[in-house]
Amino acid sequence: MSTLTQPSALRTTGKYAAIGFYLLFALFPIYWLVKIALTPDALIYSEGTRMIPSALTLENFAAVLQSDFLSYFANSLVVSLGAAAGTTLVAAGAGYCFSRFRFAGKKVIIALLLITQMFPLLMIIAPIYKIVASLGLLNSLVSLIVVYTAFNIPFATFLMQSFFDGIPEDLEEAAMMDGCTRFQALRKVVFPLTLPGLGATLGFVFTAAWSELLFALMLISKNDTMTFPVGLLTFVSKFSVDWGQMMAAGTLALIPSCLFFIFIQRYLVQGLTSGAVKG
Amino acid sequence: MARMELKDVTKSYGSVEVMRDINLAIDDGEFIVLVGPSGCGKSTLLRMIAGLEPISGGEFTIDGARMNEVRPRDRDIAMVFQSYALYPHMTVGRNMGFSMEIAGAPKEDRARKVAEAAKVLGLEKLVDRYPRELSGGQRQRVAMGRAIIREPRAFLFDEPLSNLDASLRIEMRLEIARLHQALKSTMVYVTHDQVEALTLADRIVVLEAGRIQQVGSPLELYERPANKFVAQFIGSPTMNVLPATPDEAGVRLPQGATLDLGREIATLGTVELGIRPEHIDVVDPAQGDIRAKADVVEHLGSDTNIYVRTEHQGGLMVRVHGNIAMTPGAPLGLRLQRENLHLFAADGTALGRKPALAA
Repeated sequence: MSTLTQPSALRTTGKYAAIGFYLLFALFPIYWLVKIALTPDALIYSEGTRMIPSALTLENFAAVLQSDFLSYFANSLVVSLGAAAGTTLVAAGAGYCFSRFRFAGKKVIIALLLITQMFPLLMIIAPIYKIVASLGLLNSLVSLIVVYTAFNIPFATFLMQSFFDGIPEDLEEAAMMDGCTRFQALRKVVFPLTLPGLGATLGFVFTAAWSELLFALMLISKNDTMTFPVGLLTFVSKFSVDWGQMMAAGTLALIPSCLFFIFIQRYLVQGLTSGAVKG
Repeated sequence: MARMELKDVTKSYGSVEVMRDINLAIDDGEFIVLVGPSGCGKSTLLRMIAGLEPISGGEFTIDGARMNEVRPRDRDIAMVFQSYALYPHMTVGRNMGFSMEIAGAPKEDRARKVAEAAKVLGLEKLVDRYPRELSGGQRQRVAMGRAIIREPRAFLFDEPLSNLDASLRIEMRLEIARLHQALKSTMVYVTHDQVEALTLADRIVVLEAGRIQQVGSPLELYERPANKFVAQFIGSPTMNVLPATPDEAGVRLPQGATLDLGREIATLGTVELGIRPEHIDVVDPAQGDIRAKADVVEHLGSDTNIYVRTEHQGGLMVRVHGNIAMTPGAPLGLRLQRENLHLFAADGTALGRKPALAA
């Protein structure tokens, strides 16, 4: 009975070819970004489509680091971290309630959360601008944090709710029988088990906020509060586009996202709850 | 030390009342088993005792103190869950010592108690493992260890053995019985398995549809069920129930023999006759009260279960002690042991057994 079918060489090759093709497809733009960033200005147009440039330079990076780029970078970091932290905090609380409690109006609130996700962002840009302007928050990072947090909460809430749903209620009850208050049970038992969920939510909101352009463009017009995606546009001047520096800035902008995911990826690994209940 | 008392306890979800008239006194050191089909409310009742489920009406006291509003953590009761509910991110040792950790007990005390409990339960080598690395039986032991380490005044068990395989279940059943003998604490145990109920309980509480049907010792329930539900729920295979008509001398089976019960059954209309499979004797085909044909024969070694077809009484289950030769299709006569007959009124209430009836 135990004759395992040997995977045929063809199948294996096919599988790896498919993965390889996908990787090529996904990573090529990044390669191109880095390539152009490293190509000297003089060569960008003359050998534009060559896979490997004939000369390499770090000049673009040096130029970028001397520009306002660092301040854009810092602004983006503040906005993204703020939005990620705020969203995750609210979404975790809301998700826990949706998962554990029965209360009046629960269905209505869930429906409203869903409805907010149905509008195209373009439709609400004007009202949002009006609100932010009348609050006197134009050109401030706070406005972006608030707006990003508000927009990401519904999805993040559903995400967190599904993580809480995955944690058996028995565990909390056992903790309460063991002498915990509900909050202690949450902190000592549920929270450690939700780390993957918190990590995923943080990562999701961070990347969304990091690359958001539309609202940043609308609400920020001053150089010292520009976030990175808006800042990138400053490399486009009336008469030319400084491709090399733009790509160098783009390359640098990838770094925090990568670092962030390296940091949270171990929390993203699932299966931590296995063994809690019947296996 | 815990004497528990439930007085007129009810449970409602919104406007739907799921349990009512729950009156039960549990003596200190008693082993009470709540048993019933799924959805009968036995787990809900246990969770109300634990404090995990609010009590909608009535009063629940432990040692005279009202518990309705007391939080689970302050009731000093330990509970073993069906799913074990071990904390997956903690080692076995920390799982067992968690209640002491929360209570702020010094580390050395904790380590000592954990080591003691681990020894009692044979878990010494597993203290540093994580729950996911344990087998079902080992997890069950850890869950029990977590409960006993606290030395609570009472233990609650919510179908603790239902996730284990058959042989392990018997082993753990013995272990729980031993635990009760050693600790002499009050224990309330929920199960749908009547064998667990009969073997473990001092007293069994049979629940159905949110109401207590009968409370009594295992033998009482077996010998003197209060109604048809209890009669059919306790005992395996299930008690046979046949329609019958009251007669001057006893009851008459449809198209069949009159069973002399030595007394007139003073009830209107039809009654039902209950007889356990082990209380039917197999006799020669021409004799006995009922003629039947063997349909399915199960040889269990110690007993033989014969599912028979009868002409007028439908299918019956007969259990004969020992191993008898019987082929499906063979005709046989059945004699109902008069002293082991149960009678039920149309609404299911027991009218008593022959000895009681004759008295």
